[in-house]
Amino acid sequence: MRGRPNLYTEYKSEMGLFPTTSKKVSIALLGVVAILVPLNAMPLMGFLGDAGWMVLVNKALIYAIAALGLNLLVGVAGQVSLGHSFFMAVGAYTAVVLGGEAGKTVWGLGLPMWVWLPAAGLAAALVGILVAPTAVRVRGLYLAFVTLGLVFIGQYLWRNLGSVAGGPTTGRPWPKLEFALWRNMDPIISFTSDGPLWWWLTPVNWLPWVHIEEMSGEAKTYFFVLATVVIFGLLAKNLMRTRIGRSWAAIRDRDIAAEVMGVAEAKGKTQAFAISSFYAGVGGAILASVIGRIIPETWDLFLSIEFVAIVLIGGAGTIAGVYLGTFFLIFTPRIVEEVTGWLAAQVADAGPFAWLGNLFIRTGPDDWIGIVSLDAYGPGLSIFQFNIVLFGVLIIVFLIVEPLGLFGIWIKVKNYWKGWPFSY
Amino acid sequence: MIGVLASAHVVAQVPIEKFLNALGSGIALGAIYALLALGFVIIFKATQVVNFAHGAIAALGAYLVAYFATTANIPGRWFGDIPQTLSWTLSVLLAVVLTAFIGIVIERITIRPMIGEPLFAVAMITLGLDLIIRTITNDLLDNTTKGLGDPWGIKVVEIGFFRIGQTQIVTVVVLIFVGLALAWFFKTRTGIAVRATAFDQEAALAQGISVGRVFAIAWAIGAGLAALGGIFASVPPRGAAGVGPFTAFFAFRAFPAVIIGGLDSVKGAVFGGLLVGVAEVMAGTYLGGVSWLGTGFAGIVPWLLMMAVLVVRPYGLFGTEEIRRV
Repeated sequence: MRGRPNLYTEYKSEMGLFPTTSKKVSIALLGVVAILVPLNAMPLMGFLGDAGWMVLVNKALIYAIAALGLNLLVGVAGQVSLGHSFFMAVGAYTAVVLGGEAGKTVWGLGLPMWVWLPAAGLAAALVGILVAPTAVRVRGLYLAFVTLGLVFIGQYLWRNLGSVAGGPTTGRPWPKLEFALWRNMDPIISFTSDGPLWWWLTPVNWLPWVHIEEMSGEAKTYFFVLATVVIFGLLAKNLMRTRIGRSWAAIRDRDIAAEVMGVAEAKGKTQAFAISSFYAGVGGAILASVIGRIIPETWDLFLSIEFVAIVLIGGAGTIAGVYLGTFFLIFTPRIVEEVTGWLAAQVADAGPFAWLGNLFIRTGPDDWIGIVSLDAYGPGLSIFQFNIVLFGVLIIVFLIVEPLGLFGIWIKVKNYWKGWPFSY
Repeated sequence: MIGVLASAHVVAQVPIEKFLNALGSGIALGAIYALLALGFVIIFKATQVVNFAHGAIAALGAYLVAYFATTANIPGRWFGDIPQTLSWTLSVLLAVVLTAFIGIVIERITIRPMIGEPLFAVAMITLGLDLIIRTITNDLLDNTTKGLGDPWGIKVVEIGFFRIGQTQIVTVVVLIFVGLALAWFFKTRTGIAVRATAFDQEAALAQGISVGRVFAIAWAIGAGLAALGGIFASVPPRGAAGVGPFTAFFAFRAFPAVIIGGLDSVKGAVFGGLLVGVAEVMAGTYLGGVSWLGTGFAGIVPWLLMMAVLVVRPYGLFGTEEIRRV
């Protein structure tokens, strides 16, 4: 009986976190890779440890924190929200007021990270609870517009609350990811500056091809964010498979039927908004802290759309889908950039793929074929614009072709090989 | 008694002038919102699609007018010496027709395959469309602002103390004309088919109505109206310098108008649009000097109004309440 996929002899094992041996093995492998990559110690993927790529990996992980929250709200509780960037902003500004340095025009208490990071989540959750009564009353697409309104109202607030957000065009510096006991004390652990290898990572040096003394600030940030992602992911998973999450799923699938069966709808929706906003607040605070300085315009509708797209492209209602979606969405623009750069080089050197580059890139005002223009030659998108268009196209294609998202593709691939060679 | 009234009137005249002028430009702004909201509601009513790309389509329509009327001089170049008003109107018509056609194409490629999918998934598709159309329009505009070459410019009509821009009058006239045309349209055979589809798609299909054609018609009308709204949002006084990257975001403010009126109510769209427009201008006129409100408060008045209305009436003022079954 053992080792058969989809055979569960008791409910407990089906609801388990890692129900099968193959899942346990793959998670363990993933853990090893996750530790080796930032130290440039992973064969073949070593380049990901370079500063440029590490920044991107960190960004993806931070986005994953906030996206996990939106996934709980949209994917599990079925409440449409375009206001995620608003809740992220609430978290980020709570963090900067509590943890930032006071200036002539800005407030700041200079408190350490163990105060401002949880407070960022709690403040956002509180705002989520304040919004929830409207969400309980308003349903479906009307809710999308309420949350859309939050984004615009929020932007107005951040533009005008100069003492919180800094200048509309300059922003203000955020507190760093540093663990100190109290204000003005030297940080015990800094997650941002280069330094010697942490002692618990020394077993890495036992690998024959590895010899590491120093680790970069990006790698430290990475480990901090990774730990947060893992904790928050487990929390989300546990929420989903226990009472609260299942009441959310009931509300999502048929709210009135859930109510008839005794699930408290208003309570469930309020919980969903509060917890989702908590995730958003923590994610927003870390994002702002890692970027270092953020202007109010950052918390716009586009950011919200990005998160909804992550949830939908990844696969709504699944934790693995959130991770797939974030990495897909964060890495695609960078990969497009790399490919475009490579194609431009091909055109310049008349390489074997120059024809492809000629089709794709406009090289001058007389070149009428091409989508992307690397310099400003009238019509022709810049690489930045091309990435936005590609983003829109990806949303549309995924929703039309694969509504279950990347996770759905993974399930399909898995099912194909499960029955191989008897695939049908 | 009369004398007392008259003297009171003289004292109160300045506030009343201010109020009436604000009301006039509020109604004109509301007419723009109403045009945008009408197109949005018609698309939603017939196809159950919340079109978040409405603002982007509006900006695209305005860009097309800017291109036709100023850059390419179409169709003016073929009729030597017609008045500027007529040639501009022709450019507008051409742009509206072209945008309507783009609307049909969008519907056919991206919306038709999504029939039967959850409403939010379709709404997400239109958000993707919004990004695509907005980015391409901004690229066509070179990220700058382009004048539409309208024949009225900043000229105003003065009746006593009452001042109103010529374009504002034109906007209101166009809204009235569109309203009448739509009222007539919904009485025609095609219009009845649209209404039947809005009521129940399957029943309409069973009655021999081509639902696909109705979808195309609804998107054509919706996109055309969006273009009209975008055009009047890009001429003075509202869009003083023409159409630019901000036009699409301006059109976003028509969404509160739609919601206040109720997502599926045509008369609600007009009412909501006018209400939002007047409220926004009133807030700008009377609260503009209040320092603690900061800048840009008038811009979020529509959203605040929307939330207030939704708390009281969750389906808007004229919207149909959803019947919920277990």
